[in-house]
Amino acid sequence: MSGFSNVGPIYRRELRSYFNSPVAYVVIIVFLAIIGWFFSNNLFLINVASMRVVFDLVPLVFLFFIPAITMRLLAEEKKSGTLELLTTRPVRDVEIVLGKFLACWTLLAAALAPTLIYLITLLALGSPDIGPVIAGYLGLLLMGGVYIAIGLFASSLTENQIIAFIVGFLIVLALYLADKVLMYVPQSLASILEFLAIDYHFSSIARGVIDSRNIIYFASVLGFALTLATVSLQRRKW
Amino acid sequence: MSIAVRNLVKNYGDHPAINDISFDVKTGEILGFLGPNGAGKTTTMKILTCYMPPTSGSVEVDGMDISDKSLDVRRKIGYLPELNPLYLDMNVLDYLEYSAQLHGMRGQTVQRRLKEMVEVCGLGDVRHKDIGELSKGYRQRVGLAQAMIHDPELLILDEPTSGLDPNQIVEIRNLMKHLGTAKTVILSTHILSEVQATCQRVLIINEGKIVADGSPEQLQRDFQGAETITVEFKSGSVNPLEDIAPKIRSVPYVNAVSLLSHTDGISSFEVHVEKGHDVRESLFRIAVSEGWVMLEMHRRATTLEEVFHKLTTS
Repeated sequence: MSGFSNVGPIYRRELRSYFNSPVAYVVIIVFLAIIGWFFSNNLFLINVASMRVVFDLVPLVFLFFIPAITMRLLAEEKKSGTLELLTTRPVRDVEIVLGKFLACWTLLAAALAPTLIYLITLLALGSPDIGPVIAGYLGLLLMGGVYIAIGLFASSLTENQIIAFIVGFLIVLALYLADKVLMYVPQSLASILEFLAIDYHFSSIARGVIDSRNIIYFASVLGFALTLATVSLQRRKW
Repeated sequence: MSIAVRNLVKNYGDHPAINDISFDVKTGEILGFLGPNGAGKTTTMKILTCYMPPTSGSVEVDGMDISDKSLDVRRKIGYLPELNPLYLDMNVLDYLEYSAQLHGMRGQTVQRRLKEMVEVCGLGDVRHKDIGELSKGYRQRVGLAQAMIHDPELLILDEPTSGLDPNQIVEIRNLMKHLGTAKTVILSTHILSEVQATCQRVLIINEGKIVADGSPEQLQRDFQGAETITVEFKSGSVNPLEDIAPKIRSVPYVNAVSLLSHTDGISSFEVHVEKGHDVRESLFRIAVSEGWVMLEMHRRATTLEEVFHKLTTS
């Protein structure tokens, strides 16, 4: 039997642990506040009713937030020793990684959901183009998923949550900055870097163009990071 | 549920934590791992529970090799790790339910087992509390409850009574004995009385090697050195060293006699006897024939402590 039946219990425990602690609420409230601030600035000061600002800003917020909510996922269990117990139960390592990944992804979705209130405000005020907004949210979820997978991998490397945060942050920062340094690199490297850059794919989705290239990018980086996390979890066996 | 361990070696870097260990455990046996800290008890347990693989050697649980049937082996094992790691932010019932689910239990079965475990481990009063609020003794019970939740055939308990007070130790011991009838139990400890109280068989491990294997009684017998008997007579003698000691000395197999104390005609002696001989009857007969009143006679046998000490210090 090698199904994924243990993903469910691990997912539920992890999610409950987020919502039993202040973590989930802090994330949700701070998220809502930051985005609300910039959204209403645009709305009232510049008289622009647009979700554009949300999609420009959230990727930056993600850079800090996501490593912060993923850093404990495996590092904490390593430190407290519960990971030893978990891995001696009839549970496959990939189920542990998936359960935790999905729980964190759910928290992210829960943090994004209240920002839909700004969209409702826009709909009340005017008639914005709804297509790019939906695409933008999809892009945020995909981008967040990739960040979470990377953060989970960083968390699997160490039992120190601070190190997990820093490593996770540096990796996602590198992915984010990859297409911001194009003028400094040779032409031949530029196109590779651009393809690796997460913001390049995100912006393209956020414009409302959902290209299979972008989806494949997100899916493969996400899958790769989760695989790395699983392999890293098995390091104890080396 | 039988276990066959063959030529197990585990190296941490260049340093061997366990070095060529082989043993078998039969169904229903309660086996105690005894050894000083760092002897390799925990390492052996971590290998048995499939937490980490050995450097070389093999372990078969019920005929299944732990390296290629890892999931099936893990299904049969209940494990209480050394420091009893728990999720402090979960409440007792939620945690036990989680443990049950990870062992593939669902629905009614989970609820039934939860009820049983709360009962058996005496967790009724704290079942809705967060584990972080519990005392060490209750946490240990939660640790045992999670290990037994799926009714495993093999229980591996790493220092199950460490940090508990004497009353709690007795409770946990009774619990283990209660279980031990149908299940195979492997426990490690450095409390020797615990082994004597609970285990049918002891493995003493030192520096990664098995140095003794047998029942507690057997080990005591095997490592019995010269025996010592303390005996106290009321003889009225003024000079017991001349009146009494030579007579005791003349008993066969007595190697040496020394006077421990002498007051008011009551003298007590320490009698050293050659290994494997019992002179208590002869001592009694001498006392009768000499007209001494025997007030006390006590044979001090080698304790498991002494066996342990002898085997684990060089």
